[in-house]
Amino acid sequence: MPDSQTEVHNLKHHFADLDQQKATSTFGMWLFLVTEIMFFGGMFAAYLIYRLSYYNAWVAGSQTMEIQLGAINTAVLICSSLTMVMAVHSAKLGNRKLTAICLILTLVLGFAFLGVKAVEYHGHWVHHEVPGPNFHFEHEGNYDPRQVSIFFSLYFAMTGMHAFHMIIGAGLLTWLLIANARGRFSPEYNSPVEMVGLYWHFVDLIWIYLFPLLYLISHHHNG
Amino acid sequence: MAEHAHPTVKMFVSVWAALLVLTALTVFVATLELGPFNAIVALSIATVKALLVLLFFMELRYSTALTKVVVVAAIFFLMLLAGLTLSDYMTRGWSSYINPFH
Repeated sequence: MPDSQTEVHNLKHHFADLDQQKATSTFGMWLFLVTEIMFFGGMFAAYLIYRLSYYNAWVAGSQTMEIQLGAINTAVLICSSLTMVMAVHSAKLGNRKLTAICLILTLVLGFAFLGVKAVEYHGHWVHHEVPGPNFHFEHEGNYDPRQVSIFFSLYFAMTGMHAFHMIIGAGLLTWLLIANARGRFSPEYNSPVEMVGLYWHFVDLIWIYLFPLLYLISHHHNG
Repeated sequence: MAEHAHPTVKMFVSVWAALLVLTALTVFVATLELGPFNAIVALSIATVKALLVLLFFMELRYSTALTKVVVVAAIFFLMLLAGLTLSDYMTRGWSSYINPFH
């Protein structure tokens, strides 16, 4: 039974009850995620067209990626999705301590991902693979280096936007940790934890496609 | 009703393990030479992983019909975006117009 105190405290006046409020939050969050899917979709479509058009350059650019680092980061994100789902689960059970532990683990894994990404970006910078006046690319293959520059532009745009979403996610997790410490969540009211969970899994979802497209599919091809 | 079914910790851990196994599998397949099938296999595995995340971690399996419609609509519009764009670029060589990429 919903505790009447919780109900009075958390129910916004324009909703009939907490169930309706939660259904509305979930619907709104998914609508936002749809706009995010379309936003990333534009970049995925550009990537696809350029790969089909500048295939050799795409293969050459893609083969500079370090598969081990990409695979480690994929595993890190999958683990962070598990800790996030456990945070939501604990919040629903009203276990504040376990919720806090899971949120902290998610945050730590999120920063681990960003750390590995920073190492990769540093490598691209050192090897003059960042598009701009210092861009210099000489690997075997039949392609125009300017096309490889387009590959790296899209690589940095896609992984950069993805990393930016993770930084926002880290901010949201911090906010949840503070609210959780203040006892804002209960078995009756935990929508914020659930909505941030949806966001965090969405970010994982984007990486699930970025990893094969950027690192894997051209690994064994000849440019 | 599906709404009354609740996800369990055991299920979350199984999905997590499946995602890690599929990641290892996709990395392994990338070391094989499969021509065009490298992309097809990698993207198929990615789609299975995406479905696992959507259905279990994002709890779409337990969501209302309205939420499911929203997600299906998103996939539809994404297909429209990629499909119509590709049908333009990939058929330019069929006409006498100059293909900007060649």
